[in-house]
Amino acid sequence: MSKASDLLHQMLRIRMVEEEIAERYAEQEMRCPVHLSIGQEAPAVGVCAVLQQADWVFSGHRNHAHYLAKGGDLKRMLAEIYGKETGCCGGRGGSMHLTDQQAGFIGATPIVGSTIPIAVGAALTAQLRGEDRVVVIFLGDGAVETGVFHESVNFACVRNLPVIFACEDNGYSVYSPMSVRQPPSRSLSELAAGHGIVTSKVDGNDVVAVMAEAGAAVKRARENGAPSFIEMTTYRWREHCGPDFDNHIGYRSENEFEQWRDLDPIGALAASAHYDGTESELEGMKKAIAQEIEEAFEFAKESPFPPAGDAAKGVYA
Amino acid sequence: MTRSITYAAALLEAQDICLERYPEVLLMGLGVPDPKGIFGSTLGLQEKHGAQRVFDIPLSESAMTGVALGSAITGMRPIITHQRIDFALVSMEQIVNQAAKWHYMFGGTMNAPMVIRMIIGRGWGQGPQHSQSLQAWFAHVPGLKVIMPTTAADAKGLLIAAVEDENPVICIEHRWLYGIADDVPEGYFTTELGSARVLREGSDVTLVGASYMTLEALRAAEKLAEQGVDAEVIDLRTVRPLDSETILKSVAKTGRVVIADTGHRAFGISAEISALVTEHAFSSLKSAPVRIGLPDFPTPTSPALAATYYPTYAEIAVAAMESLGRDASVDIFITKNGGNHDQPDPSFVGPF
Repeated sequence: MSKASDLLHQMLRIRMVEEEIAERYAEQEMRCPVHLSIGQEAPAVGVCAVLQQADWVFSGHRNHAHYLAKGGDLKRMLAEIYGKETGCCGGRGGSMHLTDQQAGFIGATPIVGSTIPIAVGAALTAQLRGEDRVVVIFLGDGAVETGVFHESVNFACVRNLPVIFACEDNGYSVYSPMSVRQPPSRSLSELAAGHGIVTSKVDGNDVVAVMAEAGAAVKRARENGAPSFIEMTTYRWREHCGPDFDNHIGYRSENEFEQWRDLDPIGALAASAHYDGTESELEGMKKAIAQEIEEAFEFAKESPFPPAGDAAKGVYA
Repeated sequence: MTRSITYAAALLEAQDICLERYPEVLLMGLGVPDPKGIFGSTLGLQEKHGAQRVFDIPLSESAMTGVALGSAITGMRPIITHQRIDFALVSMEQIVNQAAKWHYMFGGTMNAPMVIRMIIGRGWGQGPQHSQSLQAWFAHVPGLKVIMPTTAADAKGLLIAAVEDENPVICIEHRWLYGIADDVPEGYFTTELGSARVLREGSDVTLVGASYMTLEALRAAEKLAEQGVDAEVIDLRTVRPLDSETILKSVAKTGRVVIADTGHRAFGISAEISALVTEHAFSSLKSAPVRIGLPDFPTPTSPALAATYYPTYAEIAVAAMESLGRDASVDIFITKNGGNHDQPDPSFVGPF
């Protein structure tokens, strides 16, 4: 596969996994909140495309795309969402707490901003041990409003840590638009730049552009151990939490959604000069992904639940 | 070989030994390498072990707790310090939501071996935000362990054991204990987490003490002996996991219990132990368990307002007498030695 074909495959795979979750959510077998990444595939895929397996990734509540892009096991992710023993956390975590140590996806938790310093701490380990390892923390525009974000960027700069703050700006914190949360005259990257960190801003729906910025950030981290902040503008297509569309409930317009949908990161890449595959190759790719997803759902659904008597186990190591 | 060293020196030794023994141990906190070195408990450690592993931090308790956790889950063993427990409250999110649950919520795939040292205080006008004893908050959270060493030897042994533990451990140290010297073994040793210690055997009443209040309980036991009462004194040492067995065994013998904690009575450690005894040793009880702790209002600063705020051995002794059905007034226990209520001894002149 060419690089563009690989990027397309990864974004399509994430899109199709999320759509299948949305499709099956009404069956009420996935009994935990899900925050779908549909529309936001490019930041995850573009950033992870320049990482090695040994690099570490952290995320927050909307983490499926990051987990999959870093190479997290699909079957164990779905089994976790189904609450099964074979899930990546044995059913203790659910959708908002994915992990795959082998793939380098260390963890995600849903308290906005909270995994940012934890990722910085992982970068401290990498630095102290002299390891060739870059740490990426995926965060959203809302997380930039938390205190720990600023505390974390400050410390990353003080110690010159190999960490990349990969910020997806999808314009909303749940239903609250940027206009009620941050002043209009200031961008996220400008705000971060006040800490003395190298920042960049990129179209978060352009996976190739994301990859280029992330590549430069990874180079800074590997060569100089320096942190970076990347602002990636994108859009969440579905509701904040759950399988549906919510453009009708009044916090954003159908028109706004349609404008962003026209900027579909997957369609954009498929139509770009970067991708040279044929229509039938694309169809073949979709078919293969659908097959993989079907098998993963079967695995999740057929896996046993953890024994109820095990609930109290594993509180302490 | 043992020799007499202070509580602060014992904490210092424990961390020195851990830094020496384990390359993955880190020590971070506001003022760790400064000229006062956390009341002497971190002095010289940066010079000895280097600024990479022993370092001061930005005034960012929340993020730095997250940084400690992030380093812990990836192979380090951080110790983070707070000069007052009150300062640690801005890091509660990281402690309660993240560190305490990390092992459990990720299905046991990662451990979070970290120690968070917090100092509690009393007296000299520490006031509403410099003298809380919030051990019950931490003990309430599954996934955390909470230790409260009383003696210098236990400070050393428990702190080393805490660093070696695979879980987040909150180490709560009373400022008034820092200057107290005690026989402490040289070199490496550990004190098991989760084990209380019977400091004085007795048959009439059990006095359970936590941290500094254990010393008050020992004084109370001496005063009670003068009144012909034979008190057993238990030093809790660890709050979570609670050593129920030692407490219940003692109460089964004495049938009476007074629990003295440095924190508030309401919803506190003394309330928990009172419930434990009531639920599991009800038939042994000859009188209701008594809680000794802080009253239900914040710590006032003025010495005039704080004069009766902190319970002492006298209140413990009176409670023990009453549990035995004997009349007692605080006056018979008070030693008129000219001491002030807001100093552990005349050598302590604050400010902190």
